[in-house]
Amino acid sequence: MQSNGASAVPVLTFRGVSKRFGDVVAARNLDLDVDEGEFLSFLGPSGCGKTTSLRMIAGFEQPSEGDVYLMGERVNGVPAYRRPVNMVFQHYALFPHLDVADNVSYGLRQRRPRPDADAIARRVEAMLEKVRLAGYARRKIWELSGGQQQRVALARALINEPALLLLDEPLAALDRKLRREMQIELQNLQRDLGITFVLVTHDQEEALSMSDRVCIMRDGAIVQIGSPRELYDRPLNRYVADFVGKSNFFAGTLVETGRERVIVSLAGTLRVPAVGGPSVAGMARGQGISLSVRPEQMVLSRDPRSLPADSAVKLEATVRNRIFLGEHTEYLLHETRLGEFLALAPRQTEISEPAFDTGESIHVSWSANAALVLSNE
Amino acid sequence: MRIYAVAVYLFLYIPIGIIVLFSFNAGRHASDFRGFSVQWYGKVLSNPFAMEALTTSLLVAAFTAVFASVFGTMAALALQSVRGRARAIYDAAIYVAIMVPGIVIGIATLIALVTLFGHLNDALALLWPGPPDTAPRLNLGYGSLIAAHTLFTMALVIVIVRARIAGMDRSLIEASADLYATPFGTFRQVTLPQIFPAVLAGFLLSFTFSFDDFIIAFFVAGSETTLPVYVFSSIRRGVTPEINAIGTMVLGVSLTLLVIAQYLLRQRRDTDTGAPS
Ligand SMILES: Nc1ncnc2c1ncn2[C@@H]1O[C@H](COP(=O)(O)OP(=O)(O)OP(=O)(O)O)[C@@H](O)[C@H]1O
Ligand SMILES: [Mg+2]
Repeated sequence: MQSNGASAVPVLTFRGVSKRFGDVVAARNLDLDVDEGEFLSFLGPSGCGKTTSLRMIAGFEQPSEGDVYLMGERVNGVPAYRRPVNMVFQHYALFPHLDVADNVSYGLRQRRPRPDADAIARRVEAMLEKVRLAGYARRKIWELSGGQQQRVALARALINEPALLLLDEPLAALDRKLRREMQIELQNLQRDLGITFVLVTHDQEEALSMSDRVCIMRDGAIVQIGSPRELYDRPLNRYVADFVGKSNFFAGTLVETGRERVIVSLAGTLRVPAVGGPSVAGMARGQGISLSVRPEQMVLSRDPRSLPADSAVKLEATVRNRIFLGEHTEYLLHETRLGEFLALAPRQTEISEPAFDTGESIHVSWSANAALVLSNE
Repeated sequence: MRIYAVAVYLFLYIPIGIIVLFSFNAGRHASDFRGFSVQWYGKVLSNPFAMEALTTSLLVAAFTAVFASVFGTMAALALQSVRGRARAIYDAAIYVAIMVPGIVIGIATLIALVTLFGHLNDALALLWPGPPDTAPRLNLGYGSLIAAHTLFTMALVIVIVRARIAGMDRSLIEASADLYATPFGTFRQVTLPQIFPAVLAGFLLSFTFSFDDFIIAFFVAGSETTLPVYVFSSIRRGVTPEINAIGTMVLGVSLTLLVIAQYLLRQRRDTDTGAPS
């Protein structure tokens, strides 16, 4: 989506990359292409190999198998200091014995021939301005707040105009509000400078809101790569759906397979039409599946007649709990056959129908398009 | 309890206090105080034997401190990459080296050097083109003093520098490499500034140790006389206020260096960036 012209070589390529630490397989058989100017995130739970993947790009680790390419050139065995990438470390790793300006200029000062002092000073100044730290040049690192240190770390990497910027959970140490601000700032910087970003995070909201593409990982392997929307609307399996946004999963079996539309049976008695999705392709009838329905796709009402006529299923459920979330209200519902599940009602529905109370019995439906069949993986 | 504590401290410090006090004695006897004077300091400073011993001591201490801190730091850095069993063996060897009594080091170094020099001198005499009695001979002296002191104090430097390296954030080194610095560039611009206070502290401690040492010097000094050896030999002719003045000056120098070393090691840890972790 971001590539400038079809002929462009990918900035980064993984071909069958694996990394073993003794018995631990931190990365297995990774295949990946990142295009110029793209913003890609590695998303996954703790220990799934995100940092290891990033470190293989930076050159701090060498793959046990497979090849890493930067701008089409194989870089296996090339040490970190000869790779045209820069990294923003999780805890910033700023040099405590240098002030802000000397930290930022560090990369430029390693160049041979070394740029002259004036040129360096000008670029540092411009860079500090870009990250909104003008006037902080002579400050000590430990005199800065967390957010300011974060921006110094960014400036120190970006001033080198790397082909690829690597960020390992760069915002994890910041509080929620600052994190939100920095997310926007990062996105703006990325667009302005046109530098390719590869970000590691275990915060799904961060990955989805910032990236062009997200790479979902589990146990060292890539499960699915796609745009946030693709992952949300067309998750490959239950793991991805669970990781990307909230969802209800109902255990069921496949009754009838079609190309797009399938029929599943829930709790043995309830037959509902649903969308097949990519994982149905190899499935046979009678196979156990998970039916995923996002909470916001649930339609709730006191009056069964006001539920849409084309609903895939209409149920009666009891309100177990209600959580006010501002723009939305989240309900924990209970249905005798399906058990507990979540529903999200936007605020404006409360204009026509006041919020439901705990203990109340209400009617619930969803459309066939909102129900996605997923493999149980 | 308190009274015991006080007694212990008095027992520890009264002899030292007496030396300091009597170094300012106007009288010439060590046992009765006749008023305040600095005449003995003047005496010491104009005593050529004492001054020569002092020069020897300072030279030996300075070389020892340089060698110990350079080699000790190199060893500490190299030990970083040693892991597992080998590491445990090295660690044990270093602690043992610190704990070995000075007298053992003195005797061991003496025997080792005398044996070595014996063989080397034979070889030199054989290879010497001129008449055999003009051949250069290796002897105990500055070299053996510095070698023995370096041996002992290097272990100290290794321990101090290692502690500092261990407290250093490893990601700083990776950050430097990531910013295109070669391994040597990283060492010069990141590692060295980070461990420098520890190296300096190690330097000062080595200096102090070498300057104060009597036992090892007594064995390996050969024909040289260090200040402690000079003090020991002149004490045999009776304790004079001059000796007290030397003792007080040595005490002053040692204490100053130790305090500076302690300060360097305690100093606000600049390794902490203050980043939440
Ligand atoms: N140097 C190493 N030696 C041994 N095992 C390692 C090493 N580095 C990583 N591992 C292991 O590899 C696996 C992946 O680690 P990695 O740091 O890549 O995970 P991560 O996805 O970044 O997790 P987190 O979100 O907790 O940072 C883990 O099981 C980890 O224990
Ligand atoms: Mg990690």
